[in-house]
Amino acid sequence: MNDKSEKLIDKKGLRLDGRKFDELRPLKLEVGVLPNANGSAYIEHGKNKIVAGVFGPREVHPKHLTLQDRTLLKCRYHMAPFSVQERKSPAPSRREVELSKVIRESLEPAIFLENYPRTGIDVFIEVLQADGGTRCASITAAALALADAGIPMRDLVVACAAGKVDDTIVLDLMDEEDKLGMADVPVAVMPNLNEITLLQMDGILTMDEFESAVKLALEGCKKIYEMQKEALKTKYVGIKEVEVEE
Amino acid sequence: MPTFFEKRQIVTPGDLVAEGDYLAGENTYKEGTKLYATRIGIVDYENKKVTVVALKAFYVPKSGDIVIGKIIEVGFNGWTVDINAPYVAILRASDVLSRPFKPQQDDLPQVLDAGDLIVAKIASYDRTHDPQLTVGEPGLGKITRGEILKVTPTKIPRVIGRKGSMISLIKQETNCNIILGLNGVILITGKTIEDEQLAIRAIHKIEEESHTSGLTDRITQMLKEEKSKREEPKNE
Repeated sequence: MNDKSEKLIDKKGLRLDGRKFDELRPLKLEVGVLPNANGSAYIEHGKNKIVAGVFGPREVHPKHLTLQDRTLLKCRYHMAPFSVQERKSPAPSRREVELSKVIRESLEPAIFLENYPRTGIDVFIEVLQADGGTRCASITAAALALADAGIPMRDLVVACAAGKVDDTIVLDLMDEEDKLGMADVPVAVMPNLNEITLLQMDGILTMDEFESAVKLALEGCKKIYEMQKEALKTKYVGIKEVEVEE
Repeated sequence: MPTFFEKRQIVTPGDLVAEGDYLAGENTYKEGTKLYATRIGIVDYENKKVTVVALKAFYVPKSGDIVIGKIIEVGFNGWTVDINAPYVAILRASDVLSRPFKPQQDDLPQVLDAGDLIVAKIASYDRTHDPQLTVGEPGLGKITRGEILKVTPTKIPRVIGRKGSMISLIKQETNCNIILGLNGVILITGKTIEDEQLAIRAIHKIEEESHTSGLTDRITQMLKEEKSKREEPKNE
């Protein structure tokens, strides 16, 4: 164990891919990539490649699931069979069902669900390529897709993970660090309202370590949030003025 | 009481647009004294009211709105209509027949069948009930001919223009009759296909350039140019 983990951070303090402890992987965001969905977004976070598509608000099917006082938010996180080294069965696994729920719950506080009762919003997340931290990248993309669909939101949602590798707290774990590292703390946040919507921990951390991990993850979220806003605006480039008319 | 953006600047959901004694207008919400945007759009400050003109939104029914819808289902005593909104609308048979509906003698698919398009008015709608339509007014009812065009519902006010200036310009220049469904569906009926095509092109141009100023002039110019282009071959 010790042999393995020592390799994760070299003597200069650089990680396997040459990042510093508080550095994010390269990030690319694009909005409105799927013409058939009401809203969509694509994210490349390191080697992660994820598309998110949003439909709705629309009628709920099957009808008996309709909620009389609010919108039903449905979320499906799915990994393509070719997204990982060994072929993944396309059927939803235990992990995917759980992640779907976790992502849904982290998006729910951002949407005005009570505005359109008896309707449903569907969020579909397809992981094309996975490289650790897919849940965070999925949340970031799904929030963009929701905003692109014109769904009123309290705030965007951004997610980023921090963790412990070789006894150091590091930002944005990639696949190897996630698997061989000591702990992983994904955090999703509504940056303007400063409210955390997802907080998980896998592994063992002391109280102090946990606090600094959350702090580091929030820093990362802020950086991603700026890119998220930029991506959303880019879709409407050149739109600077509008004549308000009745 | 500061505001945080310039007028007509682009904002994204969650952006803090104003703080203090302001009124929350369209696409904004207030939490305590802070006003945030809820959609991507262009912010506008008017006296104490802050609004965000959404760049993308969906249609929310309002009673009295004229909409264009498509029959999706024929029911026992009426039709279900897709009006491009979060809710499907209901059109009752008695409303279309303008007399009580008799199941023994009236054949609903003969009056309106699935796939038919109608111009209708929203008779009633609230959070607890699906919108109800009515066609009992002149100009409403089944669409028999013309071209259908879809635009984002938020762009409809721009197609209408200031006091209807834009829409009357297109109507006049293309000799087409245009019905604007507030749900973002537009019906164009003209004497010739060329007229209809021209009107469609003009509306597409408005949709693409809706955020720029001086659009009416450019549309006028475009329509005039296209028309003269069409007349040229005839003169030769």
